[in-house]
Amino acid sequence: MLTVGSTIVGAAALAAIVGPWLAPFDPSAQELPLRLAGPMRGHPFGLDELGRDILARVLTGARISFAVGLTVVSVSASVGTLVGAVAGYLGGAIDDVLSRVIDILMAFPGLLLAIALVAALGPSLANVLLALTAIGWVGYARLVRGQVLRAREFEYVQAARALGAGTSRVLWRHVVPTALPAVVVQATLGMAAAIIGEAALSFLGLGVQPPTPSWGSMLNGGRAHLLDAPHLTIVPGLAIALLVLGLNFVGDGLRDLTDPKQR
Amino acid sequence: MASYLFRRLLLTIPVLLGVATLVFSLIHLVPGDPVQAMLGDSASPQDVADLRGRLGLNRPLLTQYGSFLKDVARGDLGTSLRTNQPVTSAILERLPATFELGLAAMVLAVFFAIPMGILAAVKAGTRVDYAATTVSLLGISIPNFWLGPLLAILFSVTLGWLPVSGSGTLAHLVLPAITLGAPLSALLARMTRASVIEELREPYVLAARARGVSQIRAVLRHAFRNSLIPIVTVLGLQIGAVLTGAIITETIFAWPGVGRLLIQSINFRDYPLVQGCVLLIAITYVTMNLLTDLVYGLLDPRIRYE
Repeated sequence: MLTVGSTIVGAAALAAIVGPWLAPFDPSAQELPLRLAGPMRGHPFGLDELGRDILARVLTGARISFAVGLTVVSVSASVGTLVGAVAGYLGGAIDDVLSRVIDILMAFPGLLLAIALVAALGPSLANVLLALTAIGWVGYARLVRGQVLRAREFEYVQAARALGAGTSRVLWRHVVPTALPAVVVQATLGMAAAIIGEAALSFLGLGVQPPTPSWGSMLNGGRAHLLDAPHLTIVPGLAIALLVLGLNFVGDGLRDLTDPKQR
Repeated sequence: MASYLFRRLLLTIPVLLGVATLVFSLIHLVPGDPVQAMLGDSASPQDVADLRGRLGLNRPLLTQYGSFLKDVARGDLGTSLRTNQPVTSAILERLPATFELGLAAMVLAVFFAIPMGILAAVKAGTRVDYAATTVSLLGISIPNFWLGPLLAILFSVTLGWLPVSGSGTLAHLVLPAITLGAPLSALLARMTRASVIEELREPYVLAARARGVSQIRAVLRHAFRNSLIPIVTVLGLQIGAVLTGAIITETIFAWPGVGRLLIQSINFRDYPLVQGCVLLIAITYVTMNLLTDLVYGLLDPRIRYE
């Protein structure tokens, strides 16, 4: 599972890095006479409603998806780990306040909060990143808080404290590292969720705006052409599904590796 | 039990207050002047001033917040800027369609997921299990904004069996319900498989088999019944995912529910309606989570609030 997933994700990452240079067409270049044409020689995935090469746009869209996934996951995981570690380790009033904030944000369905934020802030890639990060960090915070609550009672942690190690050193050198395997699994699955989140917002017209190619906005463009040009829908959707499936395979595989009970 | 119920209900109050505060903040997050954004650049200063007064945005922030909470408690969510209809009645008009779609999706999900999960558990480690696991992973990985159009291409455009959009007949409900139910079905199937496998290893199931109880009876009467608690819990907790999934599904199939109303109100910058829809969906989600927790507490006496 891990091998299959890593292969899919690796291939998609390679396509995102080198694909746009190798693609024979510019993703914005138009061939209006060929608009909505299906797969053909020179355009293996066909052309869209403005006569743009879908292969070139899918490859450029992969960059957006990876950029969104990596940005959202790295910021969310960092903020969530910091908040969860502080809440879990310090406890008391700080934990109460942070836990209530986490409860309130968890009470909101994630996509709904992202839609609401983008509706207020306006549709753009930057606001999509902000909205997805605003909902993303909460899961990491809850996860890390739970792990830290458990780890702070371990004997080696108490020994470090007894030897005079300060709060910061105990927390970051001894406690937080025990939570990292779980964070890595969550980050892999979180990257899939962020990619789907961006695509969903762009599909609804609230995310990446034209002419920038994003898989979600390409799907949105294809909605008006289900009857006459289904390839506009099939190709970008397949790209999203494959990448997300690969990331889910990697996440599941890593979880099996790190948690023997899951095997 | 009474104290568990009381404490769980008490904990819901700050969450609801937090949800209301977030929804209140939305209009204040709009960059620049929210009233100008709603009316557009061509609006006259008089129109802008009138609307600001109507929405109460010219009052101090705390006063605005206080009256927002008071209005929400009374069920008054303001008036739609586009249609001048009270937001509450606009939402109530659309709510039955969203419930109809959500219910159909959940029934479909349960109908497919539970037999598939049980089969995968009984045949764990075989090709049947791998096939079921792969199908459920595909169900989780295929986003509904792709599944919906794909189903429409296949069943409406190519085969001509079902209508591509709209509402009113059972045929209109089929594709949206499958689109919305598929990810839930996939998740439930995985959950059912894991729970049944765990129960099948329990001594009471082995004892039942040793007494001569058939495998089918041991699975259905013993292991599956005890697996129901986590399955029902996941089903309850997934209602939020169904509600947000409905936003996308209703948009794809032009289904006249609250989700589509939300996207239409965002496109028209009708912020009172946006706030109303978000608040309603969030409160429904919180309530369903609360009910799930309470039912969980009733079903399993070992669960108590610590």
